[in-house]
Amino acid sequence: MACIEARGLRKTFGSTVALAGVDLNVEEGRILGLIGPNGAGKSTALGAILGLIPYHGDLKVLGRDPWTARDTLMRDVCFIADVAVLPRWMRVSQALDYVAGVHPRFDRVKAERFLARTAIKHSSRVRELSKGMVTQLHLALIMAIDAKLLVLDEPTLGLDILYRKQFYDSLLNDYFDSGRTIVVTTHQVEEVQHILTDLAFIDRGRIVLSSTMEDLESRYAELMVGPDRVVEARTLGPIHERQVFGRSILLFDGVGRDRLSPLGEVRTPSIADLFVAVIGDSGPQTTRAAA
Amino acid sequence: MTDAIDTLADSQTAAVAPTAAPPVRPFYWSVRRELWEHHSLYIAPLIAGGVVFFGYLIGLTGLPMRARAVTEMNGTVHAAVLDQPYNIAAIAIMVTAFIVAIFYCLGALHNERRDRSILFWKSLPVSDLTTVAAKAAIPLVVLPAIAFAAIFAVQLCMLLLGTGALAAHGMDATALWAKEASPQGWWVLLWGLATLSVWFAPLYAWLILVSGWARKAPFLWAVLAPLGLSLAERITLGTSHLSSLLGSRLTGGFSQAFAQGGDPLNGLPRPDPAAFVSAPAVWIGVIVAAAFLAAAVWLRRRREPV
Repeated sequence: MACIEARGLRKTFGSTVALAGVDLNVEEGRILGLIGPNGAGKSTALGAILGLIPYHGDLKVLGRDPWTARDTLMRDVCFIADVAVLPRWMRVSQALDYVAGVHPRFDRVKAERFLARTAIKHSSRVRELSKGMVTQLHLALIMAIDAKLLVLDEPTLGLDILYRKQFYDSLLNDYFDSGRTIVVTTHQVEEVQHILTDLAFIDRGRIVLSSTMEDLESRYAELMVGPDRVVEARTLGPIHERQVFGRSILLFDGVGRDRLSPLGEVRTPSIADLFVAVIGDSGPQTTRAAA
Repeated sequence: MTDAIDTLADSQTAAVAPTAAPPVRPFYWSVRRELWEHHSLYIAPLIAGGVVFFGYLIGLTGLPMRARAVTEMNGTVHAAVLDQPYNIAAIAIMVTAFIVAIFYCLGALHNERRDRSILFWKSLPVSDLTTVAAKAAIPLVVLPAIAFAAIFAVQLCMLLLGTGALAAHGMDATALWAKEASPQGWWVLLWGLATLSVWFAPLYAWLILVSGWARKAPFLWAVLAPLGLSLAERITLGTSHLSSLLGSRLTGGFSQAFAQGGDPLNGLPRPDPAAFVSAPAVWIGVIVAAAFLAAAVWLRRRREPV
């Protein structure tokens, strides 16, 4: 069953078009990275998926309409917006009591076990915790919920590198399994690259690339070539080119590696490089150049 | 209403997960979390009661003298001297609870948007209806209950101490107990608190609605909007229907709930349930309150963090 099915999802705020017809299909058991520049519509898309904002178009999350059935949908969906949303006056014990009191799928023992591995005290208030600890607390609450879909919107924003690494390790080792689906947006693409199974680029309210990671690897290739052979390489039609230490790095879409490897070193591009190639050049710069 | 909402939620839970679903009580825990966040809800009425009680302690030395004067004169005017501290305690606690309720309502749907915690609350399976109902229950049910308990406790302490002070002078304390500590006295208090809560329901609901609507300064919007409308009516039509309507809402609660004149035996106000239940103003108020709260539910679904 598809976990998220969006067809022609549209949302405008006044005259600003936030979503200009998003088509997105996320199957159960996938980890999708939704990557896009600021203002591309990431948060709006997630807001629609979570039933926080009304929208036009067709959208089904776990077979339900998020806007009309948010409260029942939230039994199966968990959501971390960013570190700032846990109420600052709340005590850790109260957060546990409250979630246990309203959520039928919350396993308190599991949350306590996760918290025991941290330095968080039950009597502390959220405002007394460091930013990293607040995220740990939120993660402890979320991971103890037996949900089908987990949505993470910039979950590690403002955290140091240790907390960030621990965050994704916990998520993969203690939480993720084939019955669950995770959708994550982040600007720190290099951190999520190795955990994703699917990737979608969103730009100016549209999905400009949507692919599994395996397809991505067979479709895109990056060629590092010296100045002597760069002209020859360019005839193969790269979609992007940049210079590093006097050598050229050319990114190809759908050109076989057997044709590239005689010219130089071939490797799979990072998500960040792909992002620059697909969005960076077809995005705002082009608009500006045309204007 | 509590049970209705929780039963509804429970039945939905049962439909989704028929086996071994732990009982969830979204409404109950939503009310609990309001009490966690707003300590002033119970601390402020207790402080008000404590202050009056402290004043009573100081005045306790003069009590036997005043009691003797009442016994000798045997007049109702003088009996009022004995009642005074009890009434002051009740009024102080009720006024405090009213002020606390107003400020609570103004923040009810505003604070959670300002600190963005609304995104956390909305990530849990609690409907907007349950949330708004829980928030409305604070001024309508929880605060009157707290006020009743506080008044009851303070008055009881006063009576026990007063009785002790009189006994120390070899005097009979029945005059103290006859009025305030009678079942009739508690019933008058309970009826007064309950009817006041119903009478002020549109006021509380209006404040909750504004707190869900205003991006900034809900207090100013809540006060200036009706004030401005009254003024506009005065200028354009030369009438003052709105201002007199608002004025009667603020001051008319007591006369709706109690019959004219006190009880001939002990001077206590006489509850008039028949008149209250059949008063159109009461029902109009309830309907307006329900409309405001429905609008607040609608708004909470759409509003984003400010």
